[in-house]
Amino acid sequence: METLLQQILNGLVVGSVYALVALGYTMVYGILGLINFAHGEVLMIGALSALTTITALMGVAPELPPLMLLGAGLLVAIPTCMTVAFLMERLAYRRLRGAPRLAPLITAIGVSFLLQTVAMIVWGRNYHTFPQLISTTPIQPIEGVFISPVQISIIVVSALLMFALVTLVNRTRLGRAMRATAENHRVAALMGVDVNRIIALTFVLGAALAAVAGVMFASNYGIAHYAMGFMPGLKAFTAAVLGGIGNLAGAMLGGIVLGLVEAVGAGYIEDFTFGFLNSSYQDIFAFVILGAVLIFRPTGLLGERVSDRA
Amino acid sequence: MPSEGDTALLQLDGVQVAYGAIEAVKGVDLMLFEGEMVCLIGANGAGKTTTLNAIAGTLPLAGGTIRYRGEDLARLPAHKRLKLGIALVPEGRGIFTRLTVEENLRMGAYIRKDADGVAADLARVFDMLPRIRERLHQVAGTLSGGEQQMLAIGRALLSRPRLLLLDEPSMGLAPLIVEKIFEVVQSVREEGVSILLVEQNANLALEFAQRGYVMESGRITLAGSGRELLENPAVRAAYLGESD
Repeated sequence: METLLQQILNGLVVGSVYALVALGYTMVYGILGLINFAHGEVLMIGALSALTTITALMGVAPELPPLMLLGAGLLVAIPTCMTVAFLMERLAYRRLRGAPRLAPLITAIGVSFLLQTVAMIVWGRNYHTFPQLISTTPIQPIEGVFISPVQISIIVVSALLMFALVTLVNRTRLGRAMRATAENHRVAALMGVDVNRIIALTFVLGAALAAVAGVMFASNYGIAHYAMGFMPGLKAFTAAVLGGIGNLAGAMLGGIVLGLVEAVGAGYIEDFTFGFLNSSYQDIFAFVILGAVLIFRPTGLLGERVSDRA
Repeated sequence: MPSEGDTALLQLDGVQVAYGAIEAVKGVDLMLFEGEMVCLIGANGAGKTTTLNAIAGTLPLAGGTIRYRGEDLARLPAHKRLKLGIALVPEGRGIFTRLTVEENLRMGAYIRKDADGVAADLARVFDMLPRIRERLHQVAGTLSGGEQQMLAIGRALLSRPRLLLLDEPSMGLAPLIVEKIFEVVQSVREEGVSILLVEQNANLALEFAQRGYVMESGRITLAGSGRELLENPAVRAAYLGESD
């Protein structure tokens, strides 16, 4: 029983990060029909630019409180990621708006490699230790179940950000313009919407969420690395597909469900396979789910329409 | 009525529009004066919709000029033309089907900052289109074709246009509904909005419009007052379903 509870808790933590990143995938897909495979790299850039900021500040002013350091890291990471996302849309994807759908997809993979390589040049090939600014020492709310302050922060911050995003999209004039543009670019323009601006904004918003996700991810595992965005990026993409790509609620649900399945699966995989597979095989779950969803329910958990765009 | 000295609200000179190598509009001259209702009739594929889209700015020109109150529109993207007062109700209505009726109407007022003015205009639209008020919180995709057309017109009015471009408002609708829609169009005109109407239903269009243009294979072939065109034997034979 404790194991199950513990794994559910772990799943919620990882799932929140997936959900934040999945929102970026799903928003861009909703408005452009594009799978932005470079989105995972934005998470990596968020983590590494925060790391650089925090390390530099610790060198100059070691007496600063940890939370302030973390805040400063975020304050640099968020605009950096927004700029990167703005540039990738402006320089790469915008030119391919009318192109056959394979072209932007391949380009997205290219942008992903480009960002990883640039990050490798800037931050080197080594694993960096990400400072533990929020304690990772677990507390025991229930006998036998552990959760650390950093994990609690991840769940709380993710929930707040998701609430803010959903409010923005469903309750504001800007969100209305985003939804209108997602449905029909041409008619949105006829309403006076600057469609290019709304698309750029969609990229930038997704990137801000990914930046926060990157910092949380690195804080949780205590490590940052130029290739750290790949796996969570792929998992978040899976989460978006699982929930129904293009659907905001779906991305959040998909992220949480995927996190739970992974964590609970990892907790029991050894029992189920009689010791043949251990918990380091937990990545299997995400991709079995991806395959199964694509085969049996391509519209995902909450999606209704099968889009003709890839 | 237009006289020689007036500046036209809308003036097209030699307008050409192409889809790739295919020229859909091959040199259209057209004028519309403030307060007028002008119709553009012609067979399917004559280039009527293309012409309207070029005026609204969703299609680029391959040649010629479009002037609005004397200003060349060439460099203005669609979303800025709305600010000048040009609103298009597109063919097929262009309703945002996943947004609610109210959200669709609010999109019509997207460019406006005067909340009080928008509220007043909303009330005016509701008076004109009572069915829309009843369905305010419904998702717009669930409306009937006629209701969607009403919504599309109401939405365009919320931008407070000076020039309303209407693309086939009667398309796919029952005669009774079409009649209602034309009553609405008529009352919009009476409020002083100028209207350029594209219609396949030539009879109806010529009855309501003061002047009309006949378009054939990308060119204007005939122009005249509504009455003249209604009585023109060539028009009667080609577009009003009469053979003589």
